[in-house]
Amino acid sequence: MKEVKLFLGPQHPGMHGNYSVHMYVDGDIIKKARPTPGFLHRGFEKLMERRLWMGNLALIPRICVVEPDINEMVYAQGIETLANVEVPEKAHWIRMLILEMARLAIHIMGLGGIGGPTGMYTITYWAIAQRDLILDLFEEITGARVYHMYIVPGGVRKQLPVGILDKVSKLLDELDVKIPEYKELALKHPIIHKRIKDNIMLPADVVWELGVTGIGMRSAIGKEYDLRKVQPYARYDQVEFDVPIANYSDGLTRMNTKYKEIFQSIRILRQVIEKMPKEGEVRTRVSTGSALRWTVPAGMVYSAIESSRGEYGYFIVSDGKEMPYRIAVRGASFPQGLLGIEKYLVGHRIDDASLWMDTMGVCSPEIDR
Amino acid sequence: MNERKSFFAPVKAWKYLLRRPVTILKKDIFENPREGSDMYRGFHQNDWDKCVGCGTCESICPTNAISMVEIASLEIEDGKKNERPGFDYGRCSFCALCVDICVSDSLKMSKEYLHLSKDAESFYFIPDINGIHNNKAKQGYVRDETSELLDLVRVKMEHEDVSRKNSFIEIVKGYSMEMALAESARCVECGICTDTCPAHMNIPEYIRSIYENDLKGAITHLYKTNPLSNVCGRICTHLCEGACSLAIRGEAISIRWLKRYIVDNTPMEDYEEAVLSFVTEPVNGKVGIVGSGPSGLSAAYYLRTLGYEVDVYEQRAIPGGVISYGGPEYRLPEASVQKDISMIEKTGVNFITNTKVGTDITLAQLEEKYDAVFLGIGFSLSRKLNIPGNDHGDVEYAIPFLAQTRDYLRDVSKMPDIHEKVVVIGGGNVAFDVARTLLRLQIEKYGKADVKMASLEHRDILPADLEELEEGEEEGIIGSFGYGPEEIVIKNNKIVGLKVNKVLSIFDEDNNFNPSYDKSDSHVIEATQVYISTGQMPEYDMITDEIKEKMEIVRGKIITAENGQIVNVPWLFAGGDIVRGPDIINGVANGHDSAVGIDKYLQSKKK
Repeated sequence: MKEVKLFLGPQHPGMHGNYSVHMYVDGDIIKKARPTPGFLHRGFEKLMERRLWMGNLALIPRICVVEPDINEMVYAQGIETLANVEVPEKAHWIRMLILEMARLAIHIMGLGGIGGPTGMYTITYWAIAQRDLILDLFEEITGARVYHMYIVPGGVRKQLPVGILDKVSKLLDELDVKIPEYKELALKHPIIHKRIKDNIMLPADVVWELGVTGIGMRSAIGKEYDLRKVQPYARYDQVEFDVPIANYSDGLTRMNTKYKEIFQSIRILRQVIEKMPKEGEVRTRVSTGSALRWTVPAGMVYSAIESSRGEYGYFIVSDGKEMPYRIAVRGASFPQGLLGIEKYLVGHRIDDASLWMDTMGVCSPEIDR
Repeated sequence: MNERKSFFAPVKAWKYLLRRPVTILKKDIFENPREGSDMYRGFHQNDWDKCVGCGTCESICPTNAISMVEIASLEIEDGKKNERPGFDYGRCSFCALCVDICVSDSLKMSKEYLHLSKDAESFYFIPDINGIHNNKAKQGYVRDETSELLDLVRVKMEHEDVSRKNSFIEIVKGYSMEMALAESARCVECGICTDTCPAHMNIPEYIRSIYENDLKGAITHLYKTNPLSNVCGRICTHLCEGACSLAIRGEAISIRWLKRYIVDNTPMEDYEEAVLSFVTEPVNGKVGIVGSGPSGLSAAYYLRTLGYEVDVYEQRAIPGGVISYGGPEYRLPEASVQKDISMIEKTGVNFITNTKVGTDITLAQLEEKYDAVFLGIGFSLSRKLNIPGNDHGDVEYAIPFLAQTRDYLRDVSKMPDIHEKVVVIGGGNVAFDVARTLLRLQIEKYGKADVKMASLEHRDILPADLEELEEGEEEGIIGSFGYGPEEIVIKNNKIVGLKVNKVLSIFDEDNNFNPSYDKSDSHVIEATQVYISTGQMPEYDMITDEIKEKMEIVRGKIITAENGQIVNVPWLFAGGDIVRGPDIINGVANGHDSAVGIDKYLQSKKK
């Protein structure tokens, strides 16, 4: 047998972010896979120890580029727990608005991502364009398109701009019409079925072995394990939504679950718009003094939320000074993106590798952090 | 069948061929760019008129993109630096924390997001109000109350309530540890206060030491520039707080009270160790100091740190000058003064009290005995007031009265002879010291008080601090502010009152002191004793004519070279009130400067 070594990424249209897999192939079949992280390693965790509590706000969104807000949320939530600060009611609802919009943006992009490795580029372009329309709203709310730096310890950074909720409503109405077309185009298409149906399996025992959470877990074990349900944060306990589940996790099931989650996010957003308090503060102070000298009481906390890819958490240790003592990040796609590729990509065909990255929902910077 | 239908489903997407695309045409990116949102965090704009160059943006910047650049064309004013922030857009992450923390509200961000250039240098930019492309781009992100990153409200200082007037208890209670930590956390370490302080105290450094709960370190910072920190922590004129960059939008840091917190709360061993750590062996020479007021004490301390043997001559029984015999006990308790003086004494300074230079020992003898002499004799005489009746026996002057009161409270003198009804002429801090001291003594002696004041200045332009006016009135002082004295009314050889007229203006057209009155609006303030507190002046009797001829004295003040040296009398240095006018912190600064000057002079002589 002759082995050939192929590089998938870091510069490859089928790769998600700057990440690489070295594949040792025999014919079309992958015999050995070596995930090669580190292209995006900037030492986030170490850098955070050298930044002010507030200064970290500029750093943390970069740990997951496409869904940056989860970083802000877990960071803020952890600090609020340590400082024992109550966030204003309205801020909770604004945070849910931001988080669900971000989930929409990344889910739509992920749905479109399937177009790359399968040759259905139309849906990719649609998804990118649709995401940009959501980013337009982010720009209005937060002042930036990608790195919002909006959810801050103690609440959110600014009041919502006037009339923004109507614009969000309009967007949701548009998505209601538009998203089913994605299904028509891709998820129902026989060619795509050929590629991902009964392929790229994630059996329940692998879920437990690797510690996969999120869509991967829910589509494999049939349990509604979603932090928004089992350990509600913000005001998720006050909105109604379903957690789509399945008992057979192939690529197609996971894409279908993602598709269903989009509509649940839309449902949550509609309730957020309706139930959000019209008036009220959106931020409280977590510490006295100027931001240059904000401190967080000594202690440690694990703060986690449900990201689009599963449980996303920060373990924060404070020694009571102006900078964190230590922050460790639990990247949601670390298990399937790093461990899973090494062990379970073996036996798949070369062209399945990109589909693995997409259907498993891998965000490479959170592996590198 | 179903599968075939799905296979051709993508054909539906063709309908979008006829619709308007959401993408922007390339030409529109450059020629007609889409406008950023109202809150867009684009390139910076900085209003140079508002910016004070404090560098807080530089401190908060998480990516070190901001550096403060000295702008030579800008003038340095009190409360402003001639520096402005420069931005490295290769590093900037457009987080806008700099905008949120800007103390002067000068920094904003525009809606612009495009900058294309082959010139890498152009990505480093010092923005003014017109922004990076000099096109007055529309404003984007601005700070508001929600995104505020400063703490603009100072920690409230507790004061004794009005029953304080029954004793000489200190009015200001001082900060507790929690309060001091909270107050110190507000500081942004811009250092504008340091530039403004006459003594250039290391204010941000000692506030940081408080924040880090390192009081010994704080004392070390204090004594680098001010050996009278107990006194200045209580009665300094705190020019620093006027310049504090936080005062632009909010309340200044309580710098004076934080200083007081340090000196009051440092354990004595740490305190002493920090103070004495600067002192060296007296091997360089001998210096005589005339007068033990703030400037003399300051000069003495720093000369000891520079290795000189120091003798301080004081005409009164205890050293300290104005701090021992001037400031009233309720502002400046005896223990604080003694703490400062005893620390200086511990450095090895030799005090020769009850010795008046000029009578007990002459300046010529001092010249003989010492390598250099420092004059810090202060303004020790009260300025006379030329109105009819001023020669009456019941007309008293501020300085001797305050001195006697301090001695009375030390149990070394009898109580000043005060009447039941008194009037104080003057509107400065000293006049209020006199009035409020009188009030306390009256309550002690008569059980009730009747103190009135008259000053040329209207209450809005009173030279005294606002807190003096407010607290004084709260204690029951009744002022005729804006009424100038015409005469002391005497009947049967006894004072019955002070006749005052409404003041129209204090200065004439040439800006000379020449008050004009509206004589139709006058009244007589009832009193049997009049206290005059309309200024102080120096006493130069000790200086022989021979030396005086070589000196230049303008309006009572001695003109000196830098470092306090008197040009034609090189062995003689002067500082404090007689050089810069009455203010304790000026005296401290002068004393320090002169110590350095004396060292320079004596070392250069050795060569």
